[in-house]
Amino acid sequence: MPRRFDRLPLLLYSARMNAEFDVIVIGGGHAGCEAAAAAARRGARTALITFDEGQIGAMSCNPAIGGLGKGHLVREVDALDGIIARAADDAAIHHRMLNASKGKAVQGPRIQADRVLFRASVQRRIASIPHLAVIGGEATDLLVESGKLSGATLADGSTVRGRAVVLATGTFLGGKLFRGEENFTGGRIEERAATALGERMRALGLPLGRLKTGTPPRLDGRTIDWAALEEQGSDGGDWTMSPLSAGRINPQLSCAITRTNARTHDVIRAGLDRSPLFSGAIEGRGPRYCPSIEDKIHRFGDRDGHQVFLEPEGLTTHLVYPNGISTSLPSDVQLAMVRSMAGLERVEMPVPGYAVEYDYVDPRALDRELALQAIPGLYCAGQLNGTTGYEEAAAQGLVAGANAAAYALTLEPLILDRAESYIGVMIDDLVLHGVTEPYRMLTARAEYRLRLRADNATTRLTGMGIALGLVGSERATWFARREAMRTAIRAELEVEYSTADIARRGGEVRQDGARRSLAEWARFPELADLIVAQSPTLAAADGLLREEVLEDARYAPYLARQQSDIDELRKHEAVRIPADFDFEGVGGLSLEMRERLGAARPDTLAAASRIGGVTPAALAAIMVHLKRRSAA
Amino acid sequence: MADTIYALSSGRPPAGIAVIRLSGRQVSEINRLFVNGAEKLRPRTAHLRELRDPLTRDLLDQALVLVLPGPRTVTGEDMAEWHCHGGQAVVRAVLAALAALGAARPELRLREAVAGEFTRRAFENGRIDLNEAEGLADLLSAETESQRRAALLMAEGHFSRRLEHWREALLRCSALTESLLDFSDEDDVPESGAERELRASVAALSAEMERQLAAPAAERLRDGVRLVLAGPPNAGKSTLLNALVGREAAIVSDIAGTTRDRIEVPVQLGGVAFVVTDTAGLAEQTGDSIERIGIDRARQAIETCDILLWLGDPADCPRADAIRIAAQMDRDDWQGQGGANIAISARTGANMPELIGLILARAASLIPAEGEFALHERQRAGVREMVDALEAVQAEHDLLIVAEQLRSARLAMDRLIGRSGVEDMLDALFGRFCIGK
Repeated sequence: MPRRFDRLPLLLYSARMNAEFDVIVIGGGHAGCEAAAAAARRGARTALITFDEGQIGAMSCNPAIGGLGKGHLVREVDALDGIIARAADDAAIHHRMLNASKGKAVQGPRIQADRVLFRASVQRRIASIPHLAVIGGEATDLLVESGKLSGATLADGSTVRGRAVVLATGTFLGGKLFRGEENFTGGRIEERAATALGERMRALGLPLGRLKTGTPPRLDGRTIDWAALEEQGSDGGDWTMSPLSAGRINPQLSCAITRTNARTHDVIRAGLDRSPLFSGAIEGRGPRYCPSIEDKIHRFGDRDGHQVFLEPEGLTTHLVYPNGISTSLPSDVQLAMVRSMAGLERVEMPVPGYAVEYDYVDPRALDRELALQAIPGLYCAGQLNGTTGYEEAAAQGLVAGANAAAYALTLEPLILDRAESYIGVMIDDLVLHGVTEPYRMLTARAEYRLRLRADNATTRLTGMGIALGLVGSERATWFARREAMRTAIRAELEVEYSTADIARRGGEVRQDGARRSLAEWARFPELADLIVAQSPTLAAADGLLREEVLEDARYAPYLARQQSDIDELRKHEAVRIPADFDFEGVGGLSLEMRERLGAARPDTLAAASRIGGVTPAALAAIMVHLKRRSAA
Repeated sequence: MADTIYALSSGRPPAGIAVIRLSGRQVSEINRLFVNGAEKLRPRTAHLRELRDPLTRDLLDQALVLVLPGPRTVTGEDMAEWHCHGGQAVVRAVLAALAALGAARPELRLREAVAGEFTRRAFENGRIDLNEAEGLADLLSAETESQRRAALLMAEGHFSRRLEHWREALLRCSALTESLLDFSDEDDVPESGAERELRASVAALSAEMERQLAAPAAERLRDGVRLVLAGPPNAGKSTLLNALVGREAAIVSDIAGTTRDRIEVPVQLGGVAFVVTDTAGLAEQTGDSIERIGIDRARQAIETCDILLWLGDPADCPRADAIRIAAQMDRDDWQGQGGANIAISARTGANMPELIGLILARAASLIPAEGEFALHERQRAGVREMVDALEAVQAEHDLLIVAEQLRSARLAMDRLIGRSGVEDMLDALFGRFCIGK
């Protein structure tokens, strides 16, 4: 099947023989691109090594960016001047704000992207970044000289020298594709696996595990009976993934919704014995929140049907992505399955779905900078760390790239905590708890969710990004203007209004004679328009900033309450646990606790408190032990 | 924790069998020194063996010897049990031999356990949780039957099991909320049904916790119900105290103001522990500054006690829920007072059984009924915190705030039992719904 497998790697970068870099990024997916871009933005001479530079920025699974939790990550990467949000805006052909009827903190912006436009935008952006070179080739080994990481070796024997290396190899390490009784070696359909590098990683003794994920078949849109299906149009709003994007530039397409039915389920059940998931061919564990259709039928057989979203893959292709039926059933069963659904009776299926099983590095071997503790200068990002999703990959890529640059150039590292970003939540979860299934971001994972909204990512992170040299001048200028507006708005909202003042302006409030600042009045959502009318700067602000200010006011009491939790977190975060700390030696810890702590190796008391089974009493014991140790 | 400890863990001799327990790192070494062929003993199996003093090689006893390798033991450490003959001489000899060995071989760090040390090690090694440990601690110091019963229930983990049940219910509520927040938008979770279920579960859980809070507190059991005797000077308070406790605890004289300060006496009445406090007489006028301090403290005791026995004019009684007593009915000049609950003579014992019955009836509402356990202050505060959060949930429509309140309830639960995190909640969530595309 994979015709391209035997093609020789492209030699794109002629000067690459024995070239010198600060940072080398291996992998041109979402993690690799953000890593390379972030390193280069910090001023590191950066090389991006990929099998095929034409595949840089490819979307290997669904053609969508964002969603609940994921939209937050995209906005955060953007706030640190990453590329994914602006590339998504360049390619967006359908917009939807998930959870639009619920609180802002759980609203998730999500777009459908035209694959071709997305890839082109990423490639254009990568090409425009100074100090960033793209090298086509297969990295087969890490270069280690006198015990020190010093670059990577390519399949043709040449070397690329650099002080820090970011591995962002996605599902390509030991990748194996499954479809029915067939299986192939590869990381993505029609692309080969990075087998040699995988061997090398095993040889280094890195803790590796197996995970699996899957993708649905692709359908030919010309053979779908759209008229028979419920249409889901793009929303009428004007939001974009990045506040720096100039609005919605592409024509907007609709999606459609169909459902599986009893007949679909019969077809699937009849084919289960031919699915590698059930025959035992796949050993890795798949994600619970992105189950294959086989899994859904097997585990939730009582449901009469599951929704399937038919998402167009682009403006210039007829391919349609049926979201909700990821599968590794044999092709003939897949075809029978899709044809059993309404609107798809005569559908053609140009590309069948498949499952992919791959190696991942146990992220507990990483620190908060995403550096492998065992090999100084080596960083890991993306699906390699056991996550799933473009957004999760991009966010890790940005952190790994920024920190690889910090390592190579001796700069401040980028370390984010749980109280200020979803990125911080994700990295903390990964390095502390590891994964048992591909890790996907959910808003439920963020305990400080009320303050971590998609609409305030800029306020939370851009200032820090500027301080670290991660943010370019365009965004820095925009941010300075925005901060000035925020200051002005804050001052305008300090003005006090009595109940009578509010009533006179048409606000329906209880006449209790109280005087409140406009910010306090903003706690009542029904007064939003009135408040905007009293604050000229707020009225002039863009939608995101306006929403952010009003939402902050609405949840102010809860935010204040969370602040005390966060203060405690930061206090515990400041209590460092040395890397050689012996949990065995702490009296009062149960055997189970000692095992878990030993495996997770928390670096702070706060991290220790997040390990399951660790009680406040145990924390006290650890703290006492730390004090005794520092006194000794 | 490096010490190896031993103790006679069955009752005081003489008894049929005396069980001596050892726990700690050097248990197998000590076993080897005392028991011939100890290394060949199968774990968790009773073997009849000779116990010999390792220093003198004297035969101490023929005992059943059990080797219990950690961590699956009561303390979580290596343990051994020697079931000896229960005579005093045998037990004394074995304990003496252990003590001698400890002295002769300090590197073994062998010593007799201090009170509660096995329990503490069990807790520290995670073999029992804090709630069970608190129960066991109560059990060790329980002096009355009802204390012992409640402590046993706690030690057997009844409260821990109740908490575990609540924890699961709380996680289910959180999972429902999170499913509505993270997944209802994509039709994976049926929205209205889930929200109804959430509301019903929260209300039920909150009511159940409230019921537990309404139950009496453990401190009453452990420390005793506080019973205060008060009234004007020379009303017979001290005589009644002495009658209740059965000894001359208070100085009795007929000079008014003899009792200048509070006198506290623990006493067991009908299997219930009480702390009886006699107070200074509440004279309006006094020039004696020490007596005045005594009177202030009496007022304080009256306000904070569980049961007040009032021996003055019923009309002057400072608390509506007091037991009003017309005392000294044996005196010639006695005249019954209207409004008293009972007339007694502490000196002759007239109506004393009736008074004690009255006191016990009041106390019954303050201590747990049979089969119930009582919460400690720490546990009550945690449950209270959860109830507050759950009540806030019921008044809230914004699911985000519902989730936030449930999170603070989970934090309070974590502080009580020290586990559960987001992953537990997600497990609850993914087990229920078919989620994801």
